Amino acid sequence: MFETIQEMMSYTFLARAVIVGSLVSLCAALLGVTLVLKRYSMIGDGLSHVGFGALAVASALNMAPLTVTIPVVLIASFFLLRLSDNSAIKGDSAIAIISSGSLAIGVVVTSMNGTNTDLSNYLFGSILSVSHEDEILCISVSLVVLLVYVLFYHRIFAITFDENFAKATGIPTKLFNTIISMLTAIVIVVGMRLMGTLLISSLIIFPSISAMRVFHKFKAVVILSAILSVVCFVVGITMSYVYELPSGASVVLVNMAVLLICSILGFVTREIIKK
Amino acid sequence: MALLTCKDICMGYEGKIMLQNVNFHVNSGDYLCIVGENGSGKSTLLKGILRLKSVASGEFTFGDGLLKNEIGYLPQRMNIRKDFPASVYEVVLSGRNNQMGWRPFFTKKDKKIALERMEWMGILDLKNESFAVLSGGQQQRVLLARALCATQKLLVLDEPVTGLDPIVTKEMYELIQKINKEHEITVIMVSHDTKEAMEQASHILHLGNEQLFFGTTKEYGESSVGKKYLKEA
Repeated sequence: MFETIQEMMSYTFLARAVIVGSLVSLCAALLGVTLVLKRYSMIGDGLSHVGFGALAVASALNMAPLTVTIPVVLIASFFLLRLSDNSAIKGDSAIAIISSGSLAIGVVVTSMNGTNTDLSNYLFGSILSVSHEDEILCISVSLVVLLVYVLFYHRIFAITFDENFAKATGIPTKLFNTIISMLTAIVIVVGMRLMGTLLISSLIIFPSISAMRVFHKFKAVVILSAILSVVCFVVGITMSYVYELPSGASVVLVNMAVLLICSILGFVTREIIKK
Repeated sequence: MALLTCKDICMGYEGKIMLQNVNFHVNSGDYLCIVGENGSGKSTLLKGILRLKSVASGEFTFGDGLLKNEIGYLPQRMNIRKDFPASVYEVVLSGRNNQMGWRPFFTKKDKKIALERMEWMGILDLKNESFAVLSGGQQQRVLLARALCATQKLLVLDEPVTGLDPIVTKEMYELIQKINKEHEITVIMVSHDTKEAMEQASHILHLGNEQLFFGTTKEYGESSVGKKYLKEA
């Protein structure tokens, strides 16, 4: 295993993919705990589809992909949160409409552009797509997410646990919800090309669900899901390198295996406590 | 000056008026119970006091130096996700968030206060338990301890005994009484349990989409509204 990783690291593009992927996984897992507990986990899915549409349009117009995608997804994240709160179309249907709509736009634009080969890279991710600029952007974004998460950890807990209480006692919940959705949007855009539009939301959902099977304290859940996400990513990428599998899908499969293990572990410990 | 003054309050949902012409005031140390039928606007008024919902007209004024971030709130328990992974200590401590300003972490003082409030509520031994596995009464004590972390002046309770069995209900009322008397915290409670309210509260506000009665508990027992309502209940 160690030798394989060493061998992988000698390829610049692979080393880059591992660094970027691990950081994105870490951030996605941290935000994921809150999103899953607030029943917003499908927002990640919706945003990645919006990102796909924006990416397709950007490449058709020969514009820099991230400079177009990030603002579009930021705006979408803002509206998705608002939509869920109060509108004629309720949250889950709103997300479905926005995601399938953007997916359709993306597919049509890509096929009009004549280069169908890119489509699969967008949908399922490609480790070759991470450029040096992406690497720098990703590292800085991840550091910002980590810093904000640590500094606002206690507020994030309060808002996740009971938003009404937080608001009633004078915490600016709207501000923090906006921060959370913006961070989510950025993490998704950065991770999207590596993991693929269809698979990026797994980074948000799987680690926190797995961690919740085992632990029943918020801090423990946050820490375990952060660790699991990075481990799953590195193992998944290594597997995809060794067995020549698609990278995004391999990471998801490892996450599924971990979820299974955590569920069994959680079940067994509960049974032992009962006795 | 009163701790809280409500002047000509009018509130509603989507153009429909839920509540109108509400005028009352709460002084420091009072124990006000808001009673009325389902849909009479009790919870709506509470949301207005807590600024969770804006008023159509009229205003709430805080006096005696009460700030917006000095109100403790006990919401209805069902709003919290049943399988939420959090320890009792984490939940109680989260009540201190409104005292932090822009400080990112809790101080020793915050932690001391959280432990002290847990002791008041008799849940110190549950400190490391998971909130999700507690009984309804225990959860309510945890949420009460959290509310007390957020305030030293005013505690607002929304139907605190809903879904609790009679013995736990009695304990809960004793706790609220203790908070009001021993710790000198003003209490505003919404309840449909009028009989219990009469024994506990110093003042009664009776709503029926408008203000039907406001005054001391003694006056309420002698008023025509009170007599009629107490007979039915």
